[in-house]
Amino acid sequence: MGKISLEVNGRKVEKEAPDNTLLSTFLREHLQLTGTHIGCDTSQCGACVVHVDGNSLKSCTALAADVNGSKVTTIEGLETNGKMHPMQEAFKKLHGLQCGFCTPGMVMSAVDLLQKNKKPSDKEIRDWLEGNICRCTGYQNIVAAVKEAATKM
Amino acid sequence: MASLVGSRVERKEDKRFLTGKGRYTADINLANQTYAIFVRSPHARASIKKLNIDKALKSSGVVSILTGKEIADDKIGGLIAGWAIRSEDGTEMKCPGNPPLAKDNVNFVGDPVAVVIAESLAEAKEAAEKVEVDYKVLKAVTSTADAMNGDTIHEGIDKNLCFDWLLGDRQKVKEAFDKADKVISIDIINNRLIPNAMEPRACVADYNAASEEITLYTTSQNPHLSRLIMSAFGNVAPEHKLRVVAPDVGGGFGSKINVYNEDIVCSWAAKKINRAIKWVAERSESFLTDIHGRDHVTHAELAVTKDGKFLGFKNETIANLGAYARVFGTVTPTYLFGPCATGVYEIPAAYTNVKAVYTNTAPVDAYRGAGRPEATYTIERLVEKASMELGIDKTELRIKNFPTAFPFKQTLVHTVDSGDYVAGMEKAKQMADYKGFEARRKESEAKGKLRGIGVTSYFEACGIAPSAAVMSLGCGVGLWESAEVRFNPTGQVTVYTGSHSHGQSHQTTFAQIAADELGVPIENIDIVHGDTDKGTFGMGTYGSRSLAVGGIAIVNACKKIVEKGKRVTAKMLEANPEDVEFKDGEFIVSKSNKKKTIGEVAFACYLPGVRDEMKSPLPEGDEPGLKETSFYDPSNFSFPAGTHIAEVEIDPETGHVKLEKYTACDDFGRIINPMVVEGQVHGGLAQGIGQALYENAEYDETGQLMTGSYMDYTMPRADNFPEFNIGYTCTHATTNPLGVKGCGEAGAIAAPPTVMNAVIDALGGQEVTMPATAEKVWKACKNLKKSNAKAA
Repeated sequence: MGKISLEVNGRKVEKEAPDNTLLSTFLREHLQLTGTHIGCDTSQCGACVVHVDGNSLKSCTALAADVNGSKVTTIEGLETNGKMHPMQEAFKKLHGLQCGFCTPGMVMSAVDLLQKNKKPSDKEIRDWLEGNICRCTGYQNIVAAVKEAATKM
Repeated sequence: MASLVGSRVERKEDKRFLTGKGRYTADINLANQTYAIFVRSPHARASIKKLNIDKALKSSGVVSILTGKEIADDKIGGLIAGWAIRSEDGTEMKCPGNPPLAKDNVNFVGDPVAVVIAESLAEAKEAAEKVEVDYKVLKAVTSTADAMNGDTIHEGIDKNLCFDWLLGDRQKVKEAFDKADKVISIDIINNRLIPNAMEPRACVADYNAASEEITLYTTSQNPHLSRLIMSAFGNVAPEHKLRVVAPDVGGGFGSKINVYNEDIVCSWAAKKINRAIKWVAERSESFLTDIHGRDHVTHAELAVTKDGKFLGFKNETIANLGAYARVFGTVTPTYLFGPCATGVYEIPAAYTNVKAVYTNTAPVDAYRGAGRPEATYTIERLVEKASMELGIDKTELRIKNFPTAFPFKQTLVHTVDSGDYVAGMEKAKQMADYKGFEARRKESEAKGKLRGIGVTSYFEACGIAPSAAVMSLGCGVGLWESAEVRFNPTGQVTVYTGSHSHGQSHQTTFAQIAADELGVPIENIDIVHGDTDKGTFGMGTYGSRSLAVGGIAIVNACKKIVEKGKRVTAKMLEANPEDVEFKDGEFIVSKSNKKKTIGEVAFACYLPGVRDEMKSPLPEGDEPGLKETSFYDPSNFSFPAGTHIAEVEIDPETGHVKLEKYTACDDFGRIINPMVVEGQVHGGLAQGIGQALYENAEYDETGQLMTGSYMDYTMPRADNFPEFNIGYTCTHATTNPLGVKGCGEAGAIAAPPTVMNAVIDALGGQEVTMPATAEKVWKACKNLKKSNAKAA
């Protein structure tokens, strides 16, 4: 057991957790932030993507202890004052989600793309999202949503 | 008031999903819950000599360990096949028992033999490692084609044959083939797929000792049906003491139709230990134990005249059922397959023969399209081959054999009520710039690349289905759907539907329908589904039935509300009910032009009286309240259809297939929400293209799944697709009041043959099996070079 101190969605949290606790598990089970999803056990699907110190990370690839002291943003922390982030708005407007399971990771990953590349091409969007699997949408509306969000961010 | 049906209404469900507030089964935690881990067979076929739980029981945190023995002692029933299929010789199909926990024999890798329940997940995992199972490993049967020659898997089931089924007339087909100028034949494999909904299966079972009720939260596409099966066949609890809740469900694609071992075991065990139990599949468990799809080996022949008229068709298929026959396992390769085998063509004589075999692999059941992709793949590959052999343009050959009038009495079973296949073909050709293909082929050749174009014209039978028809064919239940429309006294509406949304957008599209029918703003309408304690019994979501069956139940219940509203308005305004009209949420007496809004009428129905007067707004015979129910049983299947065209470019140096263009032109009848339909088409296409180019479930000869993770099973990703070019033609279905047909499966049905026809066209007609991986295509390119060199 060890103490994990993080700033999650702008709030400081401190919890005891076993040393082998994954960040994804810590968020879901210790902080009840169940918006971060677990879709696989090989770090392939990307449903668990969050931001750690501003960069996207598959939260199942890191131990909570590894990111001790970091600032973490999850899908729950993307709204400001109850207003959805432009990426969330764009996904809604352009039907970039169906069952919603991959969505949190997809949105967090896409937000990071636009932080790093303000006007990505279709190909750059598709390449960037290669680590996020969606089984419902065929990706087309996700790509459209990312492009739409790029005009608003 | 503008109609909402036909509009791109943004989804009511999106905000919760986009802000992390969805509530999936794995997000549910109950007070004092325990955690379950299943001990699974590592062998594909073995008998259990000894199972020792002594060490595991002593492991820290263990609450209980239950095995096949306890479940048998408690007379908990097994998993079932939902359709009884008869063989050509009249005998009934042969199904083995499928206990939720295996007691004597295991029949596929992942077959569960025990459940370990502990205070924490980590403790459950640790204890599960300590369960000792002594197996006598037996020779596994894994090959679909050779299953009938393998060792007998289930005692008493000779040749591992569940049934040998025939649809059609062999004699007529023989006569047709005798008259043919040419016979085109093909041998194909419809590759095995793993559905891979992104949310792994999960369940949380709870027992309330006071009310003696079990509540099961589970990842199901059909909670009512699950309850029925668990109750009637599983003997878990009587229906009124079993509540099944399917909350937000992260995709299904057919894989969450079945009641699974874990649902039954956790429900039964929760009562036994009197505590809640949570189980969440790891992805590797999903790969091993979710139902798989497809897996056919087919020989088919088409008899043609030299000018390209189709005379006869035969299809001989071996379908792999996996280790056990499950809910849709036996109907998928029969009545969902055979009737569609002749495709969109007038073929005077046809038959389909299916031998369904057991193997030591995961059960095979309904996966998006279920039977219709396999049927369409066969006929459309065959027609494309015929076009090559006859030297007739592939689109012309198809048009030549399309039905010329509707209703179209299709060769084997269906009467297709509506459609215009020629219009669909012409529009698809235009969208795809079919004419310009030869120029594009030359451009590719100039770059040293091979370019191919492929076409598919399909129809499918969905909106399943008329109860009398399906029950006559062996279905264990009727396939109607229910809806209940409840007005609240203050005018908002709650619609309960027996179907279930796990991505399909019912909360929005069903609300659009109800809003139009009732003239109530969409924000005042809630759609409730997924809980057997809320709303009436319903059949669930599969076979593109939610709108074409469930949607119509909503329409019918709304119409009953309006009828009552007319009677109440007439009483309130002292008019004849026949003189009351309903439009845009208002009841209007045509003679006096006096009005009542539907909100006022609802209020009066719940508060039927007036201060200081003995007066009721309710006519004699009408009770207070405003709530109506409909159980809608469709009169026919619905028949979406369309033409898809794909273009691929192949690099002969690497074998890499690049999907350059994909055009889909579909006829789904009336479209409720174009945005949602586009999403369904895109998703279906991605799965269909995935089958053609990427996905493949593979077992080795010992029955180990070689593709058991996302590292080995190729899931299509964002960079695998071009932008799809989609469009529609529209003929309204004549068999339901909305004119709708269903759109969920079309992409997965049409895309595999479309893409493969393009690949094979590029390869000069050389056969390649799905998925057309770079390795296979590279080899074909080398053959092509050799044969070209010889020709030169």
